[in-house]
Amino acid sequence: MKEINLFEKVGAFAENKDTARDIRLQEIIPNLDKGEDVILDFEKVESTTQSFIHALISDIIRKKGIDVLDKIKFKNCNDTIKKIINIVTDYMQDN
Amino acid sequence: MKVHLPNSAFLGNIDSFIRAFDPNDETQLDITSNPNWVSIHPMCSCIVGSLGLTVEDKSRIRVAPLIAKSRHYFKRIGLFKLIGIPSGFTVTEHDASGRFIPLSLIKKSDELPEFITEMVPLLHIEPEYAEPIRYVMSELIRNVLEHANSPFGALVCAQYYKDSHTIRLGVVDRGLGIKRTITVSHPASDDIAAIRLALTPGITGTTTRKMGGTELNAGAGLFFIKSIAKVNKDFFVIYSGNAMYKLLRDEKAKLNPDPFDDKHSKIANLPYWQGTAVGIDMSLKRHKKFEDLLDLIRDVYHKDVKDKRRFKKPKFI
Repeated sequence: MKEINLFEKVGAFAENKDTARDIRLQEIIPNLDKGEDVILDFEKVESTTQSFIHALISDIIRKKGIDVLDKIKFKNCNDTIKKIINIVTDYMQDN
Repeated sequence: MKVHLPNSAFLGNIDSFIRAFDPNDETQLDITSNPNWVSIHPMCSCIVGSLGLTVEDKSRIRVAPLIAKSRHYFKRIGLFKLIGIPSGFTVTEHDASGRFIPLSLIKKSDELPEFITEMVPLLHIEPEYAEPIRYVMSELIRNVLEHANSPFGALVCAQYYKDSHTIRLGVVDRGLGIKRTITVSHPASDDIAAIRLALTPGITGTTTRKMGGTELNAGAGLFFIKSIAKVNKDFFVIYSGNAMYKLLRDEKAKLNPDPFDDKHSKIANLPYWQGTAVGIDMSLKRHKKFEDLLDLIRDVYHKDVKDKRRFKKPKFI
């Protein structure tokens, strides 16, 4: 189980898509490929953008299939962040 | 090029400001102004600043003497400093806190987080209001940096208006424009058709897919921003090429995937704007909770899905 603290990487407003891509490529995917589950910890992150969440997880869903959501857990999300994650995971299944 | 600073140019009446703009001959710029009072939206300030940045030989920027009582505003927002010409008058500088974000250039992605962090305290707004403002700024500026290929990046300006309790924002570039970027993947016969596509959720110039986008783009950014304006009954303007789309105030809070289904005006024969100019008003009086807005946006994505239960849900712990 790999836990990734997002606040340390993106601060209170998670909007930097370049950082989201780096986290996806360098931390999330390698751990999923090893068969490990991944926890994305949003503690102290106040808000985010749809673009950030899209850059963080959409390509994983596209390449590994929607069941990859069983392997990724979203921790300490406030309501805004939960809703944005829900929007992204919804439209990634609406293809 | 020629541009005139009128007595008043805000999003509701911006059309005449744009119609009076002459885009011909980018080697020179003439700026004239109303002699009594000039009060313009930050989007207009960004347009004027962008034109000044476009002219390489600063000796070819001519500003007719600004005699309006409100002329100090343009110095304080940094217009003359930005375009590299003297103002010809002096003002007492005041701390900008609580009033505006001066004209600011964002050239690279890594400059954006710092700008957004510093922007919110400058406007002196409550956290609940800050959320949609930094959201809008982030998405608009990232759009410019990723898609526009603008020679100077994004030019940004914002101001808080105490009387109306409204934040007004402008983000302007002199890049490729929406038609050139969107038609890489989707056909659009003219600028207004391209703007329509750019505002439609799921449409991005980076892929022909209708939903899901690419690894970095979903084609949702402008739709979210238009939605923020719609539910708060605010103006939203986007001007690119010969066309301008204006979201008008509407009592109905229903979100529409097609921007032409919203109460709007559109003009397709304006002076050509090389790049894209965006303006948005954010009334803090009519402010709807950002979380509630996200529910409405999610409903738009679900509109055509008969059985929502088939969607797999993310696991929150």
